[in-house]
Amino acid sequence: MIELENVAYSYGGGDLLTDISLRLQAGSFHFLTGPSGAGKSTFLKLCYMELAASKGLVQVFDQDVAALGRDQIALARRRIGVVHQECQFLDHLSVAENIALPLTVSGRDVEAERQNLEDLIGWVGLTKQQDQLPPELSGGERQRAALARAVIMGPDVILADEPTGNVDWEMSQRLMSLLIELNKMGKSVLVATHDLNLIRNTKAQVAARVLRIKDKRLQLAGADL
Amino acid sequence: MSILDKLRSILTTITEIAGGDRAADRVVPPTGFTATLTTFTAGSMAFLAVFALALSLATGRLAERWASELAQTSTVRISAPLEEIEAQTLAAQEVLRTTPGVARSRIMSEEEQMLLLEPWFGPDLPLEDLPIPRLIEVVEEENGYDAAGLRLRLAGEAPGAFLDDHTRWRRPLVDAAKRLRGLGWIAIALIGLSTAAMITLAARAALAANAQVIRVTRLVGARDVYIARAFVRRFTIRALLGAAVGTIAGSIAVALLPSAADEGAFLTGLGFQGWHWLWPLTIPPLAALVAFWATRSAALRTLNEVT
Repeated sequence: MIELENVAYSYGGGDLLTDISLRLQAGSFHFLTGPSGAGKSTFLKLCYMELAASKGLVQVFDQDVAALGRDQIALARRRIGVVHQECQFLDHLSVAENIALPLTVSGRDVEAERQNLEDLIGWVGLTKQQDQLPPELSGGERQRAALARAVIMGPDVILADEPTGNVDWEMSQRLMSLLIELNKMGKSVLVATHDLNLIRNTKAQVAARVLRIKDKRLQLAGADL
Repeated sequence: MSILDKLRSILTTITEIAGGDRAADRVVPPTGFTATLTTFTAGSMAFLAVFALALSLATGRLAERWASELAQTSTVRISAPLEEIEAQTLAAQEVLRTTPGVARSRIMSEEEQMLLLEPWFGPDLPLEDLPIPRLIEVVEEENGYDAAGLRLRLAGEAPGAFLDDHTRWRRPLVDAAKRLRGLGWIAIALIGLSTAAMITLAARAALAANAQVIRVTRLVGARDVYIARAFVRRFTIRALLGAAVGTIAGSIAVALLPSAADEGAFLTGLGFQGWHWLWPLTIPPLAALVAFWATRSAALRTLNEVT
């Protein structure tokens, strides 16, 4: 799915990440942890090609990202669902239109997929809020809408950057249940979080590997988790 | 990408612009002042383009008329005592007949001379009472004749004959009219470039104002062409509508100009005649085409700067 080999990322003359190697396989569940500023978001951006690696090889769906054109990157992104911490919606569109945005920009007929859209909105529990504008949603509702938008295209990989950062414990459990459910449907899931309790709780429900960024390098977390 | 592929891509884009995509249009929010700016610019420029077009076509007609009226003609004027005028006229005719480069010459009749003088002296002019010189109309061949040589020969054979080589002094007027027509076309080109520049600025402002839209749509897999198309469609339609209004207003203004009169055609003949009235119809689609290219290139350039 996504493979990084000896990848480094530099910015402003200094290395943010170095010697990163990882293979995300189909149906896998990974957590990525580390303190704030460790480079978790940078790592995810490398995975969905928002940033280009300074060194090393990044392969997405068996394609070398460095060799991909802008259109090919756009097409590859349709197979990756991304949930940002800050969600990033278009505030002039309704919640339903925002969730359907990946369908719209890929030229698919949203009306023909209306039933799937309704089901998905119901699955994340936003049926009542679907005609509202994003600024009218609470933090948890925004995260669920972002998750729905990330999965509407049926992606192979889901990357979530602190998806539970702005929500209470109950809501974070609900969001994680949705991600576990997607993983059981065969999707690869990578969740970046610094919430160790959330990781421990989720590991009880799914076979997840925990990775940690420490000193700019990626490590497999030990028994402390 | 081959030229054929590019043409196919452009044709597809034009078809999609004409057809529209409501969902895609919704993705980019209305862009406020840039919309008004584009429509106003297109309208104003179309208004000016109508006048530049009218000027260019009118001066073109003027140049053609002068050129055809003066095409390779000149006049020999014979001013001699009354008893010698007939002999000198015949002598001058003989000189002209044997001059290389002169296609033909013809003594103008009294009636023709009357008509020439009528604007100044009025009708019923007693020509026989006035010392009016005799006039010979000379028509040149393609390459013309040696004017200096002809003057010397006329001075020898018919001392009262003077060559009035008016093509020589009126030709600069024809050249001036042709240059004025060229300037009209240059003005139209400049209007087109200015329109493109203004629309480029407006498009870039709209793109900058929609940085979040661009970022989010790229994040969910939008191709650059998709994002550009949403802007291109808007600016093209605005330019088309603005230019249509400007063209109608400009055409009405041209139609209301005083009609041309033979005596003052140079000043009052600005406007369109006959099928030339169809020319302004080309302005709105051309403005739309300019807006299409300007917005598309601005959008793709801007999007290329976004990861």
